Amino acid sequence: MKRIVYADNAATTAVSAHVFEAMEPYLRQNYGNPNSIYSIARTARNDIENARINIAKAFGADSKEIFFTSCGTESNNWAIFGAARVMAKKGKKHIITTNFEHHSVSHCVDYLSKNGFEVTYLPVDGDGLISPGQVEEAIRPDTALVTVMYANNEIGTILPISEIGEICRVKGVLLHTDAVQAAGSLRIDLSRQDIDLMSVSGHKIHAPKGIGLLYIRKGVQIENLMYGGNQERMKRPGTENTPSIIGLAAAVEKAVSDMEHKTSYVTSLRDRLIDGLVSRIPKVRINGSLEHRLCGNVNVSFEGIEGESILLGLDMAGICASSGSACTSGTLDPSHVLLAIGLSHEIAHGSLRLTLGQDNTEEDVEHILVTLPPIVERLRKLSPLWHE
Amino acid sequence: MNYSEKVIDHFTNPRNAGEIENANAVGEVGNAQCGDIMRMYMLINEDEVIEDIKFRTFGCASAIATSSVTTELIKGKTIEEALKLTNKTVVEALDGLPEIKIHCSVLAEQAIKEAIANYYSGKTLVH
Repeated sequence: MKRIVYADNAATTAVSAHVFEAMEPYLRQNYGNPNSIYSIARTARNDIENARINIAKAFGADSKEIFFTSCGTESNNWAIFGAARVMAKKGKKHIITTNFEHHSVSHCVDYLSKNGFEVTYLPVDGDGLISPGQVEEAIRPDTALVTVMYANNEIGTILPISEIGEICRVKGVLLHTDAVQAAGSLRIDLSRQDIDLMSVSGHKIHAPKGIGLLYIRKGVQIENLMYGGNQERMKRPGTENTPSIIGLAAAVEKAVSDMEHKTSYVTSLRDRLIDGLVSRIPKVRINGSLEHRLCGNVNVSFEGIEGESILLGLDMAGICASSGSACTSGTLDPSHVLLAIGLSHEIAHGSLRLTLGQDNTEEDVEHILVTLPPIVERLRKLSPLWHE
Repeated sequence: MNYSEKVIDHFTNPRNAGEIENANAVGEVGNAQCGDIMRMYMLINEDEVIEDIKFRTFGCASAIATSSVTTELIKGKTIEEALKLTNKTVVEALDGLPEIKIHCSVLAEQAIKEAIANYYSGKTLVH
C-alpha cells in the first residue's frame, strides 16, 4: 500500500483508538434514547452527564455551561445569532469581529450586517494578529458582541483572547470566540479567562465529525437557534448524539492531559519542517507570526506557482495537504485570510498549508521535505511568472 | 477534484513545455489575480503551418493539462485549422474536465487565437 502522510490536521483528524473504543458501547449496546426511562437509556443519560462534567473540568467551566451541538459551525451560528437577537431587543446592534474569521463566523456576521446590524471588521496585521487595543477602540455604547477567533485555521496564529476578554469584561460587552483550532492545542481555563461564549468542534481533536459544543457562561442569555424537544436544558433540541458526546469527552480529556507533551513534540516537527522548506526551496514565504502560532501549523507561499498543482503533486506522493488558492475553493479569489495579511493574489494562489498532529513522525516530515522541492521546481519551470 | 487519467497524465508529463526562442507568434491570456496565466509560443512557416508550439502556464493542474493537450492538437496544423479549435475539442481530448475547470479549456482556445492575432499584427510580447 502507498505510504500516506496526513498533513491536514487543521481540516480534520483521525478518530483516535481510545476515542473509538470509548464510543463503541453506545452504538450497539447502550443505544437507548437518553430521554427514556429504561436501563440502556439511563446508562446513556448518566454517561452523557459525566462526559459533560469531564469536558467542563478540562476547560475550567461548570457542566451547566456546556451545550452539545452538531459541529463548530452550528456553535458559531448559535452564539452569534443567539446573542445578536437578545442584544437587538436592547437596542444594541453593533458587532466587532476581525477580517480573517472562519466562514462559519464571517458569513453570520455578514448576514447581520445586511439585516440591521453594523459591523466593524478589525484588520489583522501582516503577522495575522490583532491587538487588544484595536478591540478597545472599536467598542461603542451600542456594541452587542465581540467575536474574535482564538486561533486562525489557515495560518495558525494565536490571538490575544485573554486580553481581549479583560477589555470586554470592563466595558460590559459579550465576547464570543471560535476556539475550534485552539481547543486541544492551547490551555484554556474559562475560570480565569473572560470569555462568554466559546465554540469547539470534535473532529479537529480526534473525536468524530458531527459533534461540537458551545460554552455559554452562566448568566449569559442567548436565544435558541432551533426549536423542538427539551434537550440540553431546553436550549438545543434534538436527541443527544450519545456515542459522539462520549467520544468528544474522551478526546478532550486526552488532549488536555497530554497537552504539554504533544505541544512540544508537534512544535519540534513543525519547526523542522519550516526550517527544511526555507533552506531547500528558494523564494518561500512563511505566512503568519512564527511566535504566536499553533504547534502544528505550517503555511507557506511559493512564488510563481499555483497551490492546486502543488497539492496534486503531493497527493501523487501520498501527502495530504491543503491550499488557499482559488482553484481549491471553487471561487475566483484566493483565501481571504491570506489577502487579509497583505499577500498579493498571485502569492496567495501559491500557498500551501501543512498541519501536523500527534500522529505525525519525523519520517513524515522528511518525506515532505524530499517530495516537495522537486514539485515546486518542476511547476516553476512551467510557469511564465518564474524567472531564475 | 476528480480528474481524468488523461488530465493527470498531461499534468505529470506535459508535452511541449517551455519556450521557443525565435517564435513569431506568442499569445498570453489570463492573469495572476485569477490564478491562471497561459502563454503559447508558436513558430509559423511561410505556408502558414504551425511547425512548433510550446507553452508556459501558471495555474492549477487542469490549466497545465489543457495547455499541454492543446499544443498536441495544434502542432503541424495550418492557421486556418488552428482557428477552428474550440474549447470543447480540448475538453474531449482530455476525456472531460470538472465543471469548475471548464474555463481552463476556454483559456487554451483564447491563447491560440491570441497568438495568431499577434502573428498577423506583428505584435511581440515583451517581458
